[in-house]
Amino acid sequence: MSETCSCCNSDLTLLDETLAHYAAVPGSLITVLQKAQGIYGYLPADVLRHIAEQMNIPVAKVFGVATFYTQFRFAPVGKYLIMLCQGTACHVNGSLLLEKTIFETLGIKDGETTADGLFTLKNVACLGCCSLSPVMMINDETYGSLTPQKVRDILARLTEEAKKEEMSE
Amino acid sequence: MKTVKVGQGSCGISAGASAVFSALQKLIAEQNLDASLSVTGCIGMCYLEPIVDIYDEDGSLLRLVHVSEGDAPNIAAYLQTGDKASVEKLEVSEDDKQFLAKQTRIALRGCGVINPEEIDDYRANGGYASLKKVLETMTPEQVIDEIKTAGLAGRGGAGFPTWFKWNAARQSPGEEKYLICNADEGDPGAFMDRAVIESNPHNLIEGMLIGAYAIGAKECVVYVRAEYPLAILRLERAIKQATEQGIIGENIMGTGFSCSFRIKAGAGAFVCGEETALIESLEGSRGMPRLKPPFPAQSGYWHKPSNINNVETFANVAWIIENGGEAFAALGTPDSKGTKVFAITGKVRRGGLVEIPMGKTLRDVIFDIGGGMRTDKAFKGVQLGGPSGGCIPESLIDTEIDYKKLGATGAIMGSGGMVTMDESTCMVGMARFFLDFTAKESCGKCTHCRVGTKRLLEILDRICKGEGKPGDIELLEDICAEIKAGALCGLGQTAPNPVLTTIRYFRDEYEAHINEKRCPAGECIDLIQYSINADKCKGCSLCSKKCPVQAISGEIKKPFVIDPAKCIKCGNCMDVCRFGAVEKR
Repeated sequence: MSETCSCCNSDLTLLDETLAHYAAVPGSLITVLQKAQGIYGYLPADVLRHIAEQMNIPVAKVFGVATFYTQFRFAPVGKYLIMLCQGTACHVNGSLLLEKTIFETLGIKDGETTADGLFTLKNVACLGCCSLSPVMMINDETYGSLTPQKVRDILARLTEEAKKEEMSE
Repeated sequence: MKTVKVGQGSCGISAGASAVFSALQKLIAEQNLDASLSVTGCIGMCYLEPIVDIYDEDGSLLRLVHVSEGDAPNIAAYLQTGDKASVEKLEVSEDDKQFLAKQTRIALRGCGVINPEEIDDYRANGGYASLKKVLETMTPEQVIDEIKTAGLAGRGGAGFPTWFKWNAARQSPGEEKYLICNADEGDPGAFMDRAVIESNPHNLIEGMLIGAYAIGAKECVVYVRAEYPLAILRLERAIKQATEQGIIGENIMGTGFSCSFRIKAGAGAFVCGEETALIESLEGSRGMPRLKPPFPAQSGYWHKPSNINNVETFANVAWIIENGGEAFAALGTPDSKGTKVFAITGKVRRGGLVEIPMGKTLRDVIFDIGGGMRTDKAFKGVQLGGPSGGCIPESLIDTEIDYKKLGATGAIMGSGGMVTMDESTCMVGMARFFLDFTAKESCGKCTHCRVGTKRLLEILDRICKGEGKPGDIELLEDICAEIKAGALCGLGQTAPNPVLTTIRYFRDEYEAHINEKRCPAGECIDLIQYSINADKCKGCSLCSKKCPVQAISGEIKKPFVIDPAKCIKCGNCMDVCRFGAVEKR
């Protein structure tokens, strides 16, 4: 975990409010981790240690809980987080082919981020939009009834948009 | 004045309902139209989203389907003039109307009709009357009796009698008790719980409060999947409104009964659908199942008596109180009472939510309501009950929907995910898919499940790659039996079901993979090969242009050739060829 985390100098004060509210509430570790991920975008190792200390929970338990649930990440994600649905309906309608398409287009597999930091791919269990399968969600937008070509088009458009944004900055 | 309702469940929004809503909102304001616009949830006709319902003053309904933002001006014109001509092409077909007409809605009642964001709309439709009746006129024992008469059984998968759990929790000594709702809908392919919370959250709250009164709980907790942000948002709002109106909190409706209510967002672990794992997760730990007994009814959340039911189970409660247990029991079969909601997806023509009385057949759901396959390929089977369930073949399509009868096929009723498959779906691949899922989701507590699912997956992987060996089928069966016997919780005990049912009903496919290195469905990438039929190829070069890896070459107007060494088997060439010249073997 620590290899992927080069930043052990997170601003821990950002968590003060959350910890003030939850530190003494029994059973609230998962909620605190969710809030922390909301603040930092992922769970840096020093943040986990800080949470353990403040909540008086062994560090091992905090890491144990954080690594148990798929929602938690231990490395920063790209500008665009691709959540590719691998539910049953999507599987039947060709989600494996989409995963392959993403790999061929961006060179990333499940859990990886592109070198330019633009895209992260995450396979997820059912997103619950089965009637639009196969489906992927990029940041907050859901794309349904996908084909490899549609995926390539969407990725190309987002790359283009990111480039434009960078130019204008 | 006309009432316009735009269906905005998660599927509707993904299909573009929010944009339609905004466009209509703008036009109604700009043109000062005599119409009220409101949000509603999911009607369950997911395949027709986005859907716009327009109610006349007399209550008659005009349902428009596949509406896009660009249709808004036409809808505005209709609202202005009342002339249907401008929206005629959007009107739902008579055929599609049957999708709803053939259903019996109890758990889903109100979904797609009422506004999920307004408690007053729920109350105007009779909401919270059952709670009032319970609190003012019934004892907890009478409530439990009514549920017993109804024969309501757990809709999350196990089918355990609800009254029995409630009664056990009621009988357990102790002042502090908890009522918990399992909304950690993890079965891939099932989304009825999401739909209920997004579309009619107060129905869930009412059912839970009645349950809390029955068992003597003072706190209700809903454990929702974090992947359902809209459901969480709507439930939060509903809890706030109910609290403001004195339906949640101290001295509810002036009856002296008090109960608090809160949401806990899950963090993504399929095993947390198991009730003791869910309790561990609620307590902030890794979601690993506990040994039973003691059952949660004796020692659950914080080791206090707790009762856990699924969303759909609670969604039936208010109806049962209102209409009586006997009315509910009148529906269904001797063994399974009432209705069940199914999420029907996959290759079916009309995908969505279907609620029908128990005792109907799978054929009724898939063909009569679902309209059969939308592809030109034949129906092959249906996967029921997600990763814990099994694949039922075409030959058993007339099986009645009933806990016992479905169980006899090797599948389970489960939470109601119904994924339909046609001839292009490989059943070995399907078993591999589910084992990939359970191997990842196994919590690791029991060796047989942790290691066994991994071994099953490795063997299935090998078979799909054409490296299967004689004896593999027997080895799979042997490991399956070990896992069933050696796992503590439902996840492990049922994880072998997809493998066992596919072997039982589709053994020939396993044999073709193992003995002939052939995938009859043409899905296993390592066992298929694309080629161009020289007689049919016109040499248009389209496939070569669309090939992402330049594996196709040739001269214009002469047959093209695929280089198998370069081909990645993406199937693009087959999709784009207009002459059917690309063949898959």
